[in-house]
Amino acid sequence: MLTKRIIPCLDIKNGRTVKGVNFVDLRDAGDPVELAEIYAKFGADELVFLDISATEERRRTLADLVLRVAEKVNIPFTVGGGISSVGDVDILLQNGADKVSINSSAVKNPDLINELSAKFGSQCITVAIDAKLIEGEWIVHLVGGKVPTKLNLFNWAKEVEKRGAGEILFTSMNNDGTKNGFANEAIARLSSEVNIPIIASGGAGNMQHFCDTFIEGKADAALAASVFHFKEIEIKELKEELRRNGILVRL
Amino acid sequence: MKIVIIDYGAGNIQSIKFAIQRLGYKAVLSNDPKEIEQADKVIFPGVGEASSAMKMLKASGLHTLIPKLTQPVLGICLGMQLMCSHSEEGDTSGLGIFHANVIRFNNTVKVPQIGWNQITNLESDLFSGVKNKDYVYLVHSYYVPECAETIAHSNYGVEYTTAIKKDNFYGVQFHPEKSSTTGERILKNFLEL
Repeated sequence: MLTKRIIPCLDIKNGRTVKGVNFVDLRDAGDPVELAEIYAKFGADELVFLDISATEERRRTLADLVLRVAEKVNIPFTVGGGISSVGDVDILLQNGADKVSINSSAVKNPDLINELSAKFGSQCITVAIDAKLIEGEWIVHLVGGKVPTKLNLFNWAKEVEKRGAGEILFTSMNNDGTKNGFANEAIARLSSEVNIPIIASGGAGNMQHFCDTFIEGKADAALAASVFHFKEIEIKELKEELRRNGILVRL
Repeated sequence: MKIVIIDYGAGNIQSIKFAIQRLGYKAVLSNDPKEIEQADKVIFPGVGEASSAMKMLKASGLHTLIPKLTQPVLGICLGMQLMCSHSEEGDTSGLGIFHANVIRFNNTVKVPQIGWNQITNLESDLFSGVKNKDYVYLVHSYYVPECAETIAHSNYGVEYTTAIKKDNFYGVQFHPEKSSTTGERILKNFLEL
């Protein structure tokens, strides 16, 4: 049977990891490749690299990083951040990324989803959606939750599915950084309204939160950053706990 | 040993090349019929949409060469699907090596299937050292139903073929190059057949 996925997210700036990590065994704490290798060894099912660089050279730096990750890492990985054209995606996939994640560029130019899925296949196109609950309605936001759009989360999710997205990475801006758990009600609704996998993101603080998002939230995968980077949660222990709760995981 | 990964413009071939490299072997990417014929092992990758991948294959003339190869050939993901008789995706004729028709998962499950699933009833040297119910990584919307040539099964709403074999031809639906140590073992087994 298909298992639920645990996905550590690495924020990347100029080819280096941004958020601090607390791995004593790392030779170079800022090297994304070394960190990725360790997560693969510890049982992560997949990795997400989110590039937040704003420099002119960012495209080349990211493409180089993808090549170095592909060389060393034996699990799948997704690359996101600033991807806005077929050409961007082509080079990242050619260099060994398994999937790319697009966010603002999909909102600004929804046809991009159609173009990418027609050229590369739906299976490698993840659409990331950041949304905030405002007066009872989930509104899609851009720029890390700073800029609201006019889009409703559920309508947008259905539209990206129709346009050929293979997966949705949903981050609740209300939950992100709180460590109070995932936005399970919204995630469950998403999971039932679209028929592509949903990655839950934002709010992970303890192991119970992961159980909840898989059971109540019906998520297909759960993504987190700091709880893994600071070793507040060990992936192997988390998966054992999930299995004890009857959730299928790869151990 | 000469390992060739067929490069016809469809697929994440860099990852396969690196995975082979991690096993201590070297692979070359090629679409040259002579080089492919002379290889000891041939890998036939594929990612994307079946009808356009088949078009690229035909454009390079490799669609007549591949079924005639006599050395071990491993089709991966879409590569395996294109080695079948027909695919529902784009209503495409395949290479006809495996006697199976590729069909789409129905909507009782999420499509595509993305993630780690178990392989069971393993029936080939390809799986030497791999345990029943070990996990492999899969990303696909279309699948090969169970058939006489099936050598590994998985379940996603339906029992289906995750590996298939006929004579010197092998196909795997999963990505051995992304399936951690289990995938590495399977890839190593193939290279050492």
